[in-house]
Amino acid sequence: MPEGTRAVLDGPEIDRALTRIAHEVLERTKGGHEVTLLGVPSRGVPLAQRLARRIERVEELAVPAGSLDITMYRDDLRLAPARALGRTEIPDGGLDDRVVVLVDDVLFSGRTVRAALDALGDLGRPRAVQLAVLVDRGHRELPIRADYVGKNLPTSLRENVDVRLSETDGQDAVLLGPARPRAGAAETGEEC
Amino acid sequence: MRHLLSAGDLDRDQATLILDTASELAQVGDRSVKKLPTLRGRTVVNLFYEDSTRTRTSFELAAKRLSADVINFSAKGSSVSKGESLKDTALTLQAMGADGVVIRHSASGAAHRLAHWVDGSVLNAGDGTHEHPTQALLDAFTMRNRLGTLEGLRVAVVGDVLHSRVARSTVQLLTTLGAEVTLVAPPTLLPVSVHTWPCEVSYGLDAVLPESDVVMLLRVQAERMRESFFPSVREYTRNYGLDGERLGRMPEHALVMHPGPMVRGMEISAEVADSPRCTVTEQVANGVSLRMAVLYLLLGGS
Amino acid sequence: MPENHGPYLIRGARPLGGDPVDLLLRDGAVARVGTGLEAPEGAEVVDADGLIALPGLVDLHTHLREPGREDAETVETGSRSAAMGGYTSVHAMANTDPVADTAGVVEQVWHLGREAGLCDVRPVGAVTVGLAGKQLAEIGAMADSSAAVRVFSDDGICVSDALLMRRALEYVKAFDGVVAQHAQEPRLTEGAQMNEGCVSDRLGLSGWPAVAEEAIIARDCLLAQHVGSRLHVCHVSTKGSVEIIRWAKERGCDVTAEVTPHHLLLTDELVEGYDPVYKVNPPLRTEEDVLALREGLADGTIDVVATDHAPHPVEAKETEWSNAAMGMTGLETALAVVQRTMVDTGLLTWEQVADRMSVTPARIGRVEGHGRALGEGGPANVVLYDPAAPVDVEGAAMATKSSNTPFRGMTLPGRVRATFLRGVPTVLEGKIA
Repeated sequence: MPEGTRAVLDGPEIDRALTRIAHEVLERTKGGHEVTLLGVPSRGVPLAQRLARRIERVEELAVPAGSLDITMYRDDLRLAPARALGRTEIPDGGLDDRVVVLVDDVLFSGRTVRAALDALGDLGRPRAVQLAVLVDRGHRELPIRADYVGKNLPTSLRENVDVRLSETDGQDAVLLGPARPRAGAAETGEEC
Repeated sequence: MRHLLSAGDLDRDQATLILDTASELAQVGDRSVKKLPTLRGRTVVNLFYEDSTRTRTSFELAAKRLSADVINFSAKGSSVSKGESLKDTALTLQAMGADGVVIRHSASGAAHRLAHWVDGSVLNAGDGTHEHPTQALLDAFTMRNRLGTLEGLRVAVVGDVLHSRVARSTVQLLTTLGAEVTLVAPPTLLPVSVHTWPCEVSYGLDAVLPESDVVMLLRVQAERMRESFFPSVREYTRNYGLDGERLGRMPEHALVMHPGPMVRGMEISAEVADSPRCTVTEQVANGVSLRMAVLYLLLGGS
Repeated sequence: MPENHGPYLIRGARPLGGDPVDLLLRDGAVARVGTGLEAPEGAEVVDADGLIALPGLVDLHTHLREPGREDAETVETGSRSAAMGGYTSVHAMANTDPVADTAGVVEQVWHLGREAGLCDVRPVGAVTVGLAGKQLAEIGAMADSSAAVRVFSDDGICVSDALLMRRALEYVKAFDGVVAQHAQEPRLTEGAQMNEGCVSDRLGLSGWPAVAEEAIIARDCLLAQHVGSRLHVCHVSTKGSVEIIRWAKERGCDVTAEVTPHHLLLTDELVEGYDPVYKVNPPLRTEEDVLALREGLADGTIDVVATDHAPHPVEAKETEWSNAAMGMTGLETALAVVQRTMVDTGLLTWEQVADRMSVTPARIGRVEGHGRALGEGGPANVVLYDPAAPVDVEGAAMATKSSNTPFRGMTLPGRVRATFLRGVPTVLEGKIA
């Protein structure tokens, strides 16, 4: 772990947070029959898969889960060289009249969610769109809020929140450390 | 990546990134809203000095699906036909604020020259007998979609290699991506230094067919016959034309590709052209996705 | 130019690269050669410490463009360029507009050269009317004119008709003329854009195969020997051509050949960026050819260096490759390129440079008063060259009207400090006098 970095959530805490979110989703969507989970790449995608499995365990209900890449809808494309695209996989049956729950690892400025809402609009017409995040670190730049939050984490803009998942990083943890300089994305950050 | 002038400029990672990006963007064509906002406010000029409705339309559609403003600047009926030089045209486009210029030109190297004179990105859409990198990319994309991988794929490129910009780009790109290319043509239609190219060469089609995963046919213009590159259409077709009988000697999974426009009865029989193993229309559809990918990667970033 | 120039005393120059001596130039001749010469009354003293003195250079192959393309060069600007390069005599090629195929045109060019007065301009007459390759031009009339033409060439176009070439070779014998052939088999080079080989194949540019040059050279050598005539081969560019000329000389053919500075230094790899400044005819060839040309020039198979100075206006080069004009400027860089490729490499001594760039070209062109040793009583045609003054080549900085130098951006090892034409400086301190 780099110097000055500390874990704010460990593996079991992440598990518990996701389990709680799964229950909340079922509660708020009245059984979850119309729910489609869409993870925002990269780490929102395994989180959406995990949520789907938990819901299935609780309700024996197969919730469609997919991914929604928002790269082409970003508002900071011109601040950095062209980025590689993530995958977009819309589950069979599409999004029309579904309750789409967007899943991401960190909610920060809100710009990713804004981009995701734009992308959704081009893909179909969900009945409702909700947002689930593992960490809400504050500092919103747009009028956006999460419906489901794993952990509210007050942070400084000089700090960096790093979510690690076993699927992508080999271990589960949420780390808080000093901000890393990022080419062309220093202001908005990767985690929007 | 600032410009796309030659397929040889792409390393394996860059070429793979383009194909991967095209794979993602291919979905856009199946959506209800076939448009992305990515290049909103960017201007793409299609500067076409040669008539090529299919290539120009493909680029135009690709740019429009990315929300770019597209200007078609064709040589006919413009100041170009009144003798304006390529440089002056370039400076005009520059003054108009073109972010990207897609150029098709009969002179080899025209795209390279243009890149000297404009600040924006230059995309070579075919320059003389030099290169046509997006055609090679979309062909590679089509092969990868159909056959899963390019690594170790055996690709025969058949026909007028000497005058083919597609062949030049294809040999370089497919080699970069790990495929094995064999050029098949009468010796008159091969460059004199072809033995230095990173590919095999064969003067006979029949020996190559059973070992090919892909046969890519190049257009052969009848005027080459008048220039004594081969004696007659009949003899060319007999030796190098792909008909149903030859198709039958290819492996079950093997594809037949053609960059178009096809000359039926010359390099390809109607039977083969209409067979499900011929990917010509698929190549056209893939061309839009591939060109979207290139436009995005050239113009989408800083 | 004032006629009554006083004497010039050149102090400490090294004739042909030898020991330093003083040279006194007076009344158009080298009056005295020795060490510690007294400056006579009224003499101007030129400090030539460390400079090489060579007889004024003679170019067998220059395009001065006048009449017709005065936007590219005039006889006057071309003469300035020649003087700046150390030349005291140049041969103006016939492919002007109108073509120099009559006594009238060659006399016009000759007069323009006299008026400019910066070097002796020797017009080259066309071999065929309008360079069309159909019918002999009035070669005899051009020879008898006040221009006294001795070199005939359709340069830019090959006299490809074997019978016509034979007739031309025979005809010029009557007045000791020579036919300078631009060796290029036309059918093999239709639409040709650059050397045929790996680079042309990669770039998709139509190839100009070496055999198109070599086949014509072989034919012409055999023809010249058959009819007992002199043949001069322009701008030899391939290894095979060198071998054929070597063979022809061995069997007694009276053939001479020239190589350009650019073919001694540059290769077709430069075409990679499609910059037409590298477009020239014959085209830049391969490294192997360059080395063979240097060797041929060193062993005398190739007799002379000729510039093929071919100025073009900017718009003829700032265009697509296939649309661009062929040719490069060369007068002002020739000596420095020869130093870099031949002297600094140990292939030629300065004495041999004088032979290849002054003595032998004057002999081939039958140029009176040029290409003579710098001895007492000889003509005072002198160039003073500094072999240790590197120059960053820049097209716009040259005296030629055009800027299409392929050496731009390169650093060449030396520069001409002074040129004297019959004892009168045309260039002093590196500037037109």
